[in-house]
Amino acid sequence: MTPPSHRAQQVYRNRRRFTLVLLTVCAGILLSRAVYLQLIDHDRLRSQGDARTVRTLTIPAHRGMIVDRHGEPLAVSSPVGSIWADPTVLLQAGNRERLPQLAAALGQDPGRLTARLEAASQRRFIYLQRHLPPTEAQTIIDLGIGGVYNLREYRRYYPDAEVSAHFIGFTDIDDRGREGLELQFDPQLSGVPGSQRVLQDRRGRVVEELDVRQEPQPGQILQLSIDRRIQYYAYRALKMAVAEHRAVGGTIVVLDPHTGEILAMANQPGANPNDWSQRSGEPLRNRAVTDLFEPGSLVKPFPVAVALDSGRVQPATVIDTQGWMRVGRRTVRDIRNFGPLSVTEIITRSSNIGVVKLAQMVPAESLWNLYRDLGFGVLTGIELPGERQGVLDHHRRWVGFEYATRSFGYGLSTTALQVAQAYAVLAADGVFHPATLLKPIEAAPGRRVMSAKTARQLRMMMETVTGPQGTATRAVVPGYRVAGKTGTVHKVIDGAYDKSRYMGLFAGMVPASRPDMVAVIVIDEPRGDDYYGGLVAAPVFRATMREALRIRGVLPDGFADTVSTAAR
Amino acid sequence: MGTLNYGARPLIFLNERSAVDPEPRITLDPLARLHLDTPLLLGLLSAALIGLIVLYSSSQQDLGLLLRQVAHLGLGFVVLVAVAQVPLRYLRQLTPWLYGAGILLLVAVLLFGTVRQGAQRWLNLGIVQFQPSELMKLAVPMMLAWYLTTKPLPPRWPYLIVGVVIILLPVLLILKQPDLGTALLVAMTGVVLLFLAGVSWRLIMVLAALVAAAAPLFWQLGMRDYQRQRVLTFLNPESDPLGAGWNIIQSKIAIGSGGLYGKGWLNGTQSQLEFLPEGSTDFIFAVFAEEFGLIGVGILIGVYLFLVVRGLFIALRATTVYARLLAGSLIMIFFIYVFVNIGMVSGLLPVVGLPLPLISYGGTALVTIMAGFGMLMHIATHRFRT
Repeated sequence: MTPPSHRAQQVYRNRRRFTLVLLTVCAGILLSRAVYLQLIDHDRLRSQGDARTVRTLTIPAHRGMIVDRHGEPLAVSSPVGSIWADPTVLLQAGNRERLPQLAAALGQDPGRLTARLEAASQRRFIYLQRHLPPTEAQTIIDLGIGGVYNLREYRRYYPDAEVSAHFIGFTDIDDRGREGLELQFDPQLSGVPGSQRVLQDRRGRVVEELDVRQEPQPGQILQLSIDRRIQYYAYRALKMAVAEHRAVGGTIVVLDPHTGEILAMANQPGANPNDWSQRSGEPLRNRAVTDLFEPGSLVKPFPVAVALDSGRVQPATVIDTQGWMRVGRRTVRDIRNFGPLSVTEIITRSSNIGVVKLAQMVPAESLWNLYRDLGFGVLTGIELPGERQGVLDHHRRWVGFEYATRSFGYGLSTTALQVAQAYAVLAADGVFHPATLLKPIEAAPGRRVMSAKTARQLRMMMETVTGPQGTATRAVVPGYRVAGKTGTVHKVIDGAYDKSRYMGLFAGMVPASRPDMVAVIVIDEPRGDDYYGGLVAAPVFRATMREALRIRGVLPDGFADTVSTAAR
Repeated sequence: MGTLNYGARPLIFLNERSAVDPEPRITLDPLARLHLDTPLLLGLLSAALIGLIVLYSSSQQDLGLLLRQVAHLGLGFVVLVAVAQVPLRYLRQLTPWLYGAGILLLVAVLLFGTVRQGAQRWLNLGIVQFQPSELMKLAVPMMLAWYLTTKPLPPRWPYLIVGVVIILLPVLLILKQPDLGTALLVAMTGVVLLFLAGVSWRLIMVLAALVAAAAPLFWQLGMRDYQRQRVLTFLNPESDPLGAGWNIIQSKIAIGSGGLYGKGWLNGTQSQLEFLPEGSTDFIFAVFAEEFGLIGVGILIGVYLFLVVRGLFIALRATTVYARLLAGSLIMIFFIYVFVNIGMVSGLLPVVGLPLPLISYGGTALVTIMAGFGMLMHIATHRFRT
């Protein structure tokens, strides 16, 4: 081998230097890169890192309770857990093997669960099971299967179930109001969800709860005018009557005439809103505000009131009713020939001819104005969705027979609530209060639509209806004087009156001397021999009021009657 | 072969002074008796310790994994001590056989190898899985050093061509697996050695041009579609945003969010919350940087630099051409591994499947590195003997 040339020596020296320089430069590059990432770009990278790990979760707000006038709960929310999955994660190897275990914990069929997940394999969110008790949900989360999560939610419960379901309505599975007051007052009840920052790992599991950014604001409590106990007795009495008479349905509305507050509002048929399968529209229809009917005899006190107000007649004024009368080319009949009747007796016997003759003493416009003032044909403004206003056509068309029918309650349609509202005027000495489901903070002043004297006279006349000669002896509440009026109307089927289908009606107030409550009862299509309002609807009044008067601590005014009964 | 060669001493790192210090030193240092270099050993132990600390965190406190890595390290140090005992002349005589066996194994891999993640890299030897390309990381520089030292240095044209063939043969076989990353690294070990052997810049340029010209040919004729696809993914990780591309974004975030002081041991959110993929293997540097910050990074790079500088010092003081070339290339390759790994994890270089030496979890690469350090130690303690 030859000794290395001087040139070769030079080459190696250069290589040595080059190596050292390269080493220094490379080490320098690495350190500068670290300095750049960790000092200069630190803030940006750190926030990007937080963006991956820090998540803001929504904390559901507690939905406000719905309570009755005494604060008793009618709708409450309780916390539940909903198990959901991210199929893209859950179907990954490592998680997929544990599907049978998950299915067992959920109580679902493993094959169907897998099929459901695979059908949704591209989605990032599907519910596996909604609304589990929190402890059960936690048990499933504790299995530690990736891609399975728990969503904290609230579920609505209705302690009284079907009793108050019709006006309370219900929420859907996402806690949004769907019907009734739940829908009407959804914004107030919902509250504002809060937010919370949590540390999540790559699989979306919450590793650490960092802080609550915003506390959820619970929804407002909604206090109703309803008295839960009266509601219960009203519902029970109605349900029994509907069952007894094999009726299609029924409605009862109980009002405080001095404020317009609705104390009870029940319907049949009903359904339990706590049972999802029963939450269909039909049985939960709030007939009290959505179903129209011709009030028939229930309106007879009003033409009498107009006649009394005009000064043309007194309660004792005698009118001859011959059993039938011709109005224009049509005939008006009573159920039998009552002969001469006083104005009071016209109410007692519910004489069509008597009422028509009284109405004919005053202009049609006067009766129309009173009907209008009493709230017929206009929305009551009740705090419920889906209310119907009924039909009250203009008095210009009230000529001849048309006017006659309007005076005894045909040719116009109302809801049970409208009738109750109108009767409340008689009970409140002629002052009108719009009906409300909410407990008012202070009583709103009413609107006088009738003289106090006329109202009192009418109440006295209507007391005879529950008397021995009247049509509603079954409405009597022992110890109390009851004023009321029965009605029995043919149902309108396909635009014509059906001869064999009726609605039995009763509207009344108690105690008659100073009424505390007004109630309207509608029994829809009672089957069997009994279909008169006095027979099917009046007993519901009695059964409900007996309990309601006790609950409200109303002093009996039928004392003489009680004493005489006791003395006998 | 293997004799002192004062006459032809084109020794790269040899300066004139050390070459004229022929006195054998009698030492009582027990480590030196075991042919172990104390500073190098201390450096290795420090790196291994840092590695275990980070691994405990990156594995989410997986004690089992930690113990397996302790076993890997134990095996690595056993290999180091064992290799250090082998006289260099035996090693030198063994070199062509080692290289030949490596080539045969690479062929065997292509014929019978186990396919993992779309690449055929592993030989199943019953108990252990063996990656022959790992062997080539040592065998190629050894073979080159052996061949070139039999010829006058710096190498001339004809010898250089043989040298290039020595490099290209395993590189092409590894490319065929396909494993572009390892192929490039093995090629680089060869190039480093050619560079240290004093091949002129002009020749290096010509070689580079030839490789560049040959690459498309190999691409067209030597590879199958799926192999090409893997190479393309390697060259452009952005085309695989949920794979390699995603890794690099995550690791940059992890490093950056560490800041100056780091988030503290076991407190790195990116790694602890499993956002950082391969946090225990190739991307362990990101975990370290997130938890120990810039200060930790400085210390780690310091440890590596200490090892490299000590290695270069050993090469400089080695007495034979073969020893010097081998020591110099081994330590430079070690540094290249460190540089490539940290460079790729911090987003400077494309993602090659390359672990961080001495720190990443894994046995194969560790044993290779320890064997290399074993040779270095032997060279360090046999400065005046062969």
